[in-house]
Amino acid sequence: MFPPIPNPPVTPTPAKFGDNDLIRRSASNLRVPVEFKEPVAKLIDVSKCIGCKACQAACLEWNELHEEIGTFNGSYTNPPDLTENSFTLMRFTEWVNPETDNLEWLIRKDGCMHCADPGCLKACPAPGAIVQYSNGIVDFDHDKCIGCGYCVKGCPFNIPRISKTDHKAYKCTLCSDRVAVGQGPACQKACPTQAIVFGTKTQMKEWAEGRIKDLKSRGYNNAGLYDPPGVGGTHVMYVLQHADQPSIYAGLPDNPRISRIVEAWKGVTKYVGLGVMGFAAVAGALHYLVAGANKVTAEDEANAEMLTQGKNPGGEPAHGGQS
Amino acid sequence: MSQPYDVESGDAVHPGRPVQVDRYTVGARINHWITAISLILLAISGLALFHPSLFFLTGLFGGGQMTRTIHPWIGVVLFFSFTGMFFRFWKANLWKSEDGTWMRRIRDVIAGHEEKLPELGKYNAGQKMVFWGMSFLIVVLIASGVVIWNAYFSTFTSIEQQRVALLVHAVAAVAIICVWIVHVYAAIWVKGTISAMTRGQVTGGWAWRHHRKWLRELVSRKPSRPTGTRGTPAE
Repeated sequence: MFPPIPNPPVTPTPAKFGDNDLIRRSASNLRVPVEFKEPVAKLIDVSKCIGCKACQAACLEWNELHEEIGTFNGSYTNPPDLTENSFTLMRFTEWVNPETDNLEWLIRKDGCMHCADPGCLKACPAPGAIVQYSNGIVDFDHDKCIGCGYCVKGCPFNIPRISKTDHKAYKCTLCSDRVAVGQGPACQKACPTQAIVFGTKTQMKEWAEGRIKDLKSRGYNNAGLYDPPGVGGTHVMYVLQHADQPSIYAGLPDNPRISRIVEAWKGVTKYVGLGVMGFAAVAGALHYLVAGANKVTAEDEANAEMLTQGKNPGGEPAHGGQS
Repeated sequence: MSQPYDVESGDAVHPGRPVQVDRYTVGARINHWITAISLILLAISGLALFHPSLFFLTGLFGGGQMTRTIHPWIGVVLFFSFTGMFFRFWKANLWKSEDGTWMRRIRDVIAGHEEKLPELGKYNAGQKMVFWGMSFLIVVLIASGVVIWNAYFSTFTSIEQQRVALLVHAVAAVAIICVWIVHVYAAIWVKGTISAMTRGQVTGGWAWRHHRKWLRELVSRKPSRPTGTRGTPAE
C-alpha cells in the first residue's frame, strides 16, 4: 500500500506554490523563476480500478459542480463524455484479448493529463488564461478566459470543454488548491483501492515500477507506464496492463503530441503573417515616397471636355493605335 | 462601341467644366461602406486574437469575451454585404484582353506611365484582382470561420477539421488584409479616386486618364437620362 497523505492541519496553511512559480503563461512572455518546485504527479493504475466512480463524485463535490441528470445510453460511461462540469470521467471498454480470448473490462479515468508541453496553453490567445506551474500543474484562470475554444484544438487528448452558460473553458485542475496546501487531489483521496495515488513524479514512477513488475508476474507481459514523451511527459500517468496499445483504453492516444497544424498556426503563420502585412504597408509608403501621387492633369480634364463636346480630343493623336 | 462594354447601371457622364462622371450609386456606396467598416472591425478583432502583442485591441470591443462573441457576427454582416457588392460589380470585373496587356506592363503602372497602357473599361486588372481576391478570400473566411465558431458550430466538425480551419482562417485573413492594403493604397495613390466612393462621382479627367474606354462608352450612349439639371457647373 502506498502511504496515504495525512489529513491537513485545521489551522490555515500558506500556499506552497503560486504566481511566482509559473513557468509558462499563455500569450505572454514570462520570467522563469529561479527555483523550481518538485514536480508532482498523479498515477492512475487502471489494473486496480473497480469502476466505482468515487473519483468522479469526489471531483464534482470538491469543485462544487453539478452534472445534469442524463439518459442511459447502453454504457456505464456516464455522462457519455467529459463536460464543463465533469472534469473527470470513467470510460468503460469491453475488450476481448485476442491472445487469451478473455473479456477484459478496461476502465480508464479520463481527464487532463497535465502535459509538460501543453497544447492548450500554446494555442491560447488570452494572456494568462492558461498557466503552468513549475511543479507541472496546468491550470486555467477563468477570469482571463475568453471562450474561443482554441485550447480544445490545441489539446492532444481532447480534454477542455467550453461551458454553454459562461462560455469559459473547464478541465481538471489537478486540485491545484488542494496540492497547494499539501493535499492530494480529491479523486485520489476518494479512491478506495489506491488505483489513484499522488506524490512527486519520481515517487510515482518508482511506485509504478513495482506495480508493473507485479502485473508482469501475473502474465501481463506488456504492462507498462503511460508517460508519453511526445508531449514531454505528463503529470498524470497511467499504469496500463497493455501499454503496447494504449488506444484500446477508450481511445487513449498511442503517440500524443501537439498537432503540427496547431504548431504551424501558432508558429510560422503568426510571425510570417505579421511580417507580410507589415511589408505590404511599408511597400505602399515607400512607393508613394519614390513615385509620388498619380495625379489627373489639366490636359486630362480638357480631353474629357472635348470628348463630351463631340470634338476629337487633341492631347494625343487618336488613341486606338496602342494596344 | 454599340454593345455595352462594362458600363454599370447608374453610370453617367455630365458635361461641364470639369466634366463629372457618376461612378457609384448611393446604394453601391452604402453597400461598400458597410463592407469596409465590417472588414476593418474584423481585421482589428481578428488580429487581437492572432498575436499576443495585439491582444490589447480587444479593449476596443469591450474585452476578450466580447471580441470573441462579436467577431463572427461582424463576419456574417460582411459576408452578406459583400455578396451584394459581388452581384453589383462582377460583370464589370470579368477579365478582358487589355487586362493581360496591363499586367505585362505592370512596371509602367507602378511608375505611373499611364500613357503607355491600353485604354481600360470601368476597372483595371489590379482592381479586378482585388475584386476576385476579396471574393475568393471572403468565401474561404466565412467557411473556415463557421467551422471554428465554437459557440454554435463546435459539434458539427471534428477537432482535426477545426485545426485545419484555424490555420486556413489565419492564412486567408493575412492574405485579405494584404489585398485590403493594396486596395486602400491604390485609392490614396491615384488622386481623385476616393470621391467615387464618397460623393459617387469622379472628374472627366480622372476617367479619361484611368478608364478611357469606360468614359468613351458613357459619352457615346448619352443622353440616356434627363440629367441636364445636375450637370450645371459648380462655378
